[in-house]
This record gives sequence, structure tokens and C-alpha cells, in this order.
Amino acid sequence: MTVRVYDLAHARAGDKGNTSNISVICYDAKHWDFIERELTPERVAEAFKHLAKGPIRRHPLRNLKAFNFVIENALGGGVTVSLAQDIHGKSYSNLMLAIELPDPK
Amino acid sequence: METKETVRIGAGAGTSDDRMVPALELAERGDINYLVFECLAERTVSRENLARSKDPNLGYSPSLHARLRMVLPACMRNGIRIVSNMGAANPLGGARAARKEAADLGLGDVPVAVVLGDDVSSIVKHRPGLRLIENGEPLESILPAMISANAYLGADVVCEALNTGAPIVLSGRVADPSLFLAPMMHEFGWAYGDLPKIAQGTAAGHLLECTASVTGGCFGWPGKKDVPDLARNGFPFADVKADGSIVIGKTPGTGGRLDVMTCTEQLIYEIHDPTAYITPDCVLDITGVALTQESADRVRVEHARARPATDTYKVNVGYADGYIGEGEVSYGGIDAIERAKWAAEIVKERLKLQGFVYDDFRVDLIGMSSLHGELDKRPEPYEVRLRMAGRTRERKAAHAIGFEVRAMHMHGPGGAGGAIEPRVRDVLAVKSVLLPKNMVNAQVVVEGKL
Repeated sequence: MTVRVYDLAHARAGDKGNTSNISVICYDAKHWDFIERELTPERVAEAFKHLAKGPIRRHPLRNLKAFNFVIENALGGGVTVSLAQDIHGKSYSNLMLAIELPDPK
Repeated sequence: METKETVRIGAGAGTSDDRMVPALELAERGDINYLVFECLAERTVSRENLARSKDPNLGYSPSLHARLRMVLPACMRNGIRIVSNMGAANPLGGARAARKEAADLGLGDVPVAVVLGDDVSSIVKHRPGLRLIENGEPLESILPAMISANAYLGADVVCEALNTGAPIVLSGRVADPSLFLAPMMHEFGWAYGDLPKIAQGTAAGHLLECTASVTGGCFGWPGKKDVPDLARNGFPFADVKADGSIVIGKTPGTGGRLDVMTCTEQLIYEIHDPTAYITPDCVLDITGVALTQESADRVRVEHARARPATDTYKVNVGYADGYIGEGEVSYGGIDAIERAKWAAEIVKERLKLQGFVYDDFRVDLIGMSSLHGELDKRPEPYEVRLRMAGRTRERKAAHAIGFEVRAMHMHGPGGAGGAIEPRVRDVLAVKSVLLPKNMVNAQVVVEGKL
């Protein structure tokens, strides 16, 4: 059995230059430790490997029940030069939410 | 000046394309003291610089006319002061346009305080050795194609503009949160040394700078994160007290939702290291911030921290970087994906046969792989839209992409439909450098009689 990040958290993606940042915010603080253990930068890198060169850093924000993932070299050079449809990578949050994690129970 | 106990600062725009009516709702029944319009994306100033080079009267945000025409009567009636970076590449021209709008509306001679000095192109031009933040190369590498160079000014000079008493303050490039922090500094006499207050004000500015992002925009998800009456979602404001206490609220009677979840998403938005969000005013740390629901649609913000500002301004350098060409066409039914992929190969080959060269090229199957790339385990859709895009030095090569994709109607696999006209756009790229603050001469001039 697995859960998706979607089941436990919400997310939003932002852009600065060629770097994407994606927040992952737990609905319930009790899942923060589980997300910290399972949603590692390595696991996120695996999900984004065909889109982003990285590196990927994860910043904890326990006060906000959240994490901030900062993914470099992720936006085709950045909004001003990118050939993508979604130049800002706004839809990246939905790829994050689709990542599967082992069942916490 | 009489000090108000609570100052209410409304967010009237979070981008030049932002919706307009919610700003009017704030002005009419939001009981606000300030209305802030943030209208500059990264490349907007470059684009407006090009507009100004063709007509010296232009170069401010083209949305200035419609926005001011809409809100000025209510703002003047209710004593609401307007702060905006809609001056873009020509704040003085923007001020003249704003004054004309006011006069045309019968509001008389309305003075405008103008913030100048963000345009540092003549300064950086002589410093080709400055390093580009993005790739470490010297500025020299893009100088020949430079269109604009603008420093992100801070709240201090905007505060100075407010001190003149002018009902409208117009600037070019100013950091987004600084536009909101400035009225707080002006009203309460905060200085950069009052770090806990500057931190609170900067956090509030960051929460407000994308308007509807804290009121349910860019948030909703049916059955999971429902947003009531999203079609009529309102814009937010901050209630600020002299001690730095902050509550975020929204226009009464509007749709949307404002709660800890919406505010959390916006608080982390576009922040990298949450202990060091660098603005011209401070280095903000949000790792201690507490957000609490105070009542319906009201969220209290506490415990933002900050360290003193750095001694440099971030400067965005805009430069011409070739062209992007695009084409699209659709395939449906049996083997839609196979036909779209075949079409892409044919287009690529025809472009190659004509000798066109691209710095970057991309093939998207919209409905399959255009947003998140190729992934395993993905079901094939019934229909798919082929999109091809390339960046190149040559306008002709850019145009050829859309031309050849459109030609799939007659010269490609069977059953292609709905191609778009070939699309070509100039690339206005942006890179950044850091410039010592003491090299920048930020200043305020007033257009009209105070």
C-alpha cells in the first residue's frame, strides 16, 4: 500500500529565474515527521529527473507544517527564454502531489 | 500628521494582467487607507523600455489608464492613497498620464510623487566586470544586447515619496513587498533599524503582493480544497498597527476564502531559503512565523524575524536574445499519438532541409507530455495537440516552425486539424547582477502642485 503526497499535503509552485520552488504543506501537523522521513530530496529528484537537472534542496518549516523544495535548473532557462507552455512551472506542484510514498500506517 | 491606530493597506494588483474589479471593490467598500498596485513582472520593464524607445511618452504600464480610471473616483472620495510601480520604464510619463486621467474624470489637479533612480543602465554599462548571478559570467557577455537595467529599490524611497503628501505615488522597479512596507514606515515612522517591525511589514507585503493568492486564487481543488464563490473572489488587505501587529483580511461580501492554508501557500511562494528572503529592506526569516485564524477570513501574522538589509541592490538586466517561434496542430481518434509524433519528425526534417538552426527546440504533445514531460504508465488520450517551439537568432527560422506545423494540414499525416497561425515573439531575456547601494541615486520628484 502507498499514499500519495496529495493525500497528506497541499502544494504550490513558484519560479525565480531557472529555479522552481515547491511548497509541500501538511493538512495535519501529525504527518510532518512522516513527510520529512519519506519525501526526501532524493525521492523528489527521481520524480523530476526528466524535467530538472537540480540540485534540489529541502528546507523544513515545521512552524507552517511545511517544507520548501528548491529545485535548480528546472525551468528551461527561466520564464523569459523557456520554450515550455507552462513557463513558470506552476503545474509542477501537481507532479509533486502525485509522488507515491509508503503507507504511513 | 495624525497617527492612525490601524492602517489598512489593500492589494489592488499582483501583476500587470491582474483582474480589475476586485481593486474597485476594495476602494469602494474595503475601508482601506492605501491601495497598492504591483504590476511588474521580470521582463515587463524591458518591454516598456522598448515601447519608450519608439515613443518617449510611453514606457509606463499600459494598464495604468484603465486601472486609475476605474479606482480614482472612489480613492479620491475616500481619501485612499495609491502606491504603484506602474511607472515601469517611464515613471514621469506615467505620472503625466495619471494626472491626465484624474483631470479627465473631473478630479482636478492631482499631484503625483514619482520615484526615480531604479534605471541604472548608465551605471552598469561602465561596469562590464559585474558578475551575472545566474551563470557567473561577466555582464560584458550580454551588454551589447542590453535593453534595460533596473535596480529593485526598497521601501525607504517610496516612503519618502509618501512623505510629500501626494495622493498618488508612482515608481518603476521596486521590490514587491517594499511597495506595501512603505506606507507602514510612513504612517508609523518605522526605520530600518526597527527590525521586528520591518520583518512583520515585509512578511505582510509578501502575503499581499499576489493579491488573490491569499483569497483562494491559484488554490482550489474540487472536493479537497473547496473555494466558495471563486468567481467573485475578493482582494486582500493588511490591518497594521504601530507595534507591528498584522492581520490579513479581505473585502467584505466578496467570494473566495482567506485562511491559514491560503496564507501558508503564499508565504512560502517564491522563497528559497526561508531563513534568508532577501529584499532591499531586510533579510526576512519566516521559520518562526505563526499564522492563526482570528475570525472568518482574517488571519493573524506573528513572529516574522529579520536581519539588516544587504549593502547591494539586485539589478535586473533585460537584453534581446533572439526569437521564439511556435506552431500547433491537433490529431484525434485512432492512433492520434502516432500521427502527431510522425508529424513532428516531418516538421523537424523540413526545418533541417532549409538549413535553420535552433539554440533550443521542443516538441510537446498537449494532453500527454507538455506539462510534466514523458512519464511511464500514462494512458493515451483520445486526442492530442502537437506543439513545436524553438528559440533562434533568426526571425525567419522562428517563423518557419509555425509555418511548417500549419502545413501539416496538407502535407503531413492524415487528419490534422486546427493549426494556429505561425507565432513569433522577440525574446526579452533577463539576468541579474548585484550593485552596491551607494552607487544608486534613488530620488523623489513631484509632478503637479502639492
